[in-house]
Amino acid sequence: MTVMEQRGAYRPTPPPAWQPRTDPAPLLPDARPYRVLGTEAAGSADPDLLLRLYRRLVAGRRFNAQATALTKQGRLAVYPSSTGQEACEVVAAAVLQDRDWLFPSYRDTLAVVSRGVDPVQALTLLRGDWHTGYDPYEHRVAPLSTPLATQLPHAVGLAHAARLKGDDVVALALVGDGGTSEGDFHEAMNFAAVWQAPVVFLVQNNGFAISVPLAKQTAAPSLAHKAVGYGMPGRLVDGNDAAAVHEVLSGAVRRAREGGGPTLVEAVTYRVDAHTNADDAGRYRSDAEVETWRAHDPIALLEEELTHRGLLDDDTRTAARDAAETMAADLRARMNEDPALRPDDLFAHVHAGSTAQLREQAEQLRAELAAEAEEAGR
Amino acid sequence: MTTVAARPATMAQALTRALRDAMAADPAVHVMGEDVGTLGGVFRITDGLAAEFGEDRCTDTPLAEAGILGTAVGMAMYGLRPVVEMQFDAFAYPSFEQLVSHVAKMRNRTRGAMPMPLTIRIPYGGGIGGVEHHSDSSEAYYMATPGLHVYTPATIADAYGMLRAAIASDDPVVFLEPKRLYWSKDTWNPEDPPAVEPVGRAVVRRRGGSATLLTYGPSLPVCLEAAEAAREEGWDLEVVDLRSLVPFDDETVCASVRRTGRAVVVHESTGFGGPGGEIAARVTERCFHHLEAPVLRVAGFDVPYPPPMLERHHLPGVDRILDAVGRLQWEAEN
Ligand SMILES: Cc1ncc(C[n+]2csc(CCOP(=O)(O)OP(=O)(O)O)c2C)c(N)n1
Repeated sequence: MTVMEQRGAYRPTPPPAWQPRTDPAPLLPDARPYRVLGTEAAGSADPDLLLRLYRRLVAGRRFNAQATALTKQGRLAVYPSSTGQEACEVVAAAVLQDRDWLFPSYRDTLAVVSRGVDPVQALTLLRGDWHTGYDPYEHRVAPLSTPLATQLPHAVGLAHAARLKGDDVVALALVGDGGTSEGDFHEAMNFAAVWQAPVVFLVQNNGFAISVPLAKQTAAPSLAHKAVGYGMPGRLVDGNDAAAVHEVLSGAVRRAREGGGPTLVEAVTYRVDAHTNADDAGRYRSDAEVETWRAHDPIALLEEELTHRGLLDDDTRTAARDAAETMAADLRARMNEDPALRPDDLFAHVHAGSTAQLREQAEQLRAELAAEAEEAGR
Repeated sequence: MTTVAARPATMAQALTRALRDAMAADPAVHVMGEDVGTLGGVFRITDGLAAEFGEDRCTDTPLAEAGILGTAVGMAMYGLRPVVEMQFDAFAYPSFEQLVSHVAKMRNRTRGAMPMPLTIRIPYGGGIGGVEHHSDSSEAYYMATPGLHVYTPATIADAYGMLRAAIASDDPVVFLEPKRLYWSKDTWNPEDPPAVEPVGRAVVRRRGGSATLLTYGPSLPVCLEAAEAAREEGWDLEVVDLRSLVPFDDETVCASVRRTGRAVVVHESTGFGGPGGEIAARVTERCFHHLEAPVLRVAGFDVPYPPPMLERHHLPGVDRILDAVGRLQWEAEN
């Protein structure tokens, strides 16, 4: 008997019936980034909201410019600018209630400031006098996370704990396009979906992870598509369109608060400045590309809309700029003061208490500093 | 062969040259990591390699350290010699599972059938004003993991020679690059690099009879400076550069300590549970009868690495070393 004849006699048992656990269709993101400004939808956007966002964007841009200037004066060790991404930054703060939590990564100082944290305290990490300059509980803002994507599981855990306690608290976590490749991103998404945790992930896809473009980071149709595999909705939005980001994010926050579970939002935006002041962006991207994005500037987009609807007069514009200028002048003045450094702090927060070992080392440092002072005095 | 003169070079340039020469010499050598291609790495150590050897041999990976090291394990299984770059010391931690469970143990698990000829380059240590998570000294974790070699050059000649040796090694090497020495300069000949002592040998960088400073990587220049300063105090210090922490060169270290009778271990890493404890124990076990004083340690404090504005208080400097040398006059003081 030939093999084929044997096969003919073979009657496989049919597999058990199978169907997807969740219908993937409602989870899928739009084919193109969702937009409001410049579309029909803009007409129904709340004018007060648009004006409020406009003022915050203008202030945010000024904040980025001022912080960048502070690096040139040596007042900040480094500043990862979010110029061009202000719509995502300010809206991330704007869609949260006081009781909600923000989990920023290292580029998100502006989101932290927009949430109400004193700019000087928000910049402490980058100035270098302490790692985190603010009390996370005061405004419910986690420390700016430098290791990428590691803050995402924290956001899931916090949101889950709040839910367990019966609090309707939402956590919004920010991550870059590069950060979505880390294992922590995967684990956070999976936990969030399995637990139906009230958490919103906002990926600011600004085109690059330092020098590496998105095409080398992922082969997915979009980062928002990653959500489907975990069983949560993915939303794709134009990250330079503040009204669209606001609509999508506040929808996701509402959904989370009402027990609908997590959402992954991908905001398509662009990092106009270099990665940090220490980076040479000319090595990996062209000026022409940057110019294309400058033409799609979040402030300009909103200005066009407001002007079109007759909502923006010169007074409003001037008032927004003046307020931003005042904020920048205050920041500049306060950052020009030398921070009060306390070497003793090295040992103050290692454990809840102290240890004999640390006390001994603190004593050693005090003696050294006393000797140094005496030397200087002589 | 035409003779080419030595010229000023930085440690960063010597490392780049070592990668380039290794890639040219052996097509199995592949460089991979975050930003190593177009950008040439954030410290520019891989500058020009993608242009010269193509993106398949110098690859910008997705941003995922566990993935980078995990795929390198698979590449090594298939006969390649991956050279992986971790962007900064503290960003290597996501890859620890791969390092400890697979990289370090693969040869042992397979009774030698599956070696792991891969090199993991990690810029490490402080002193460059980096913000949080950019200044860790993680060598103790690597030293405590059997199966790994741990190299750390302190001179430009060693940077080249030891990196070539690491890549040529059939065992996994954690190659710790002292980032504050990247811009150190020396005269060095890239066309005809000087031969260096084999890895696994410590090198006496300065002769002296009063006491031995045992050190490595970023602390070597500090120790040499301290040794010069100690001359004014009438102390003639010997300075030993360990070069590799695994394997550890007991022979050179003990020969020196037996000669001087006193030793201080100097490193940036924390003292408690740090490399100095192991080194001091080994020296004590082997040289007890020659010692005039206990082996002392001058290390970073036992605190998380401080913010940049406070790091000078944490890092062991010349004064702290001299202070320890002073305390070595054990009998006189006790
Ligand atoms: C775990 C980890 N690996 C590497 C780095 C070094 N690093 C800092 S920023 C960066 C790129 C981040 O890109 P992305 O997530 O897209 O955020 P963006 O900078 O664009 O806001 C890298 C690789 C890090 N901070 N953490």
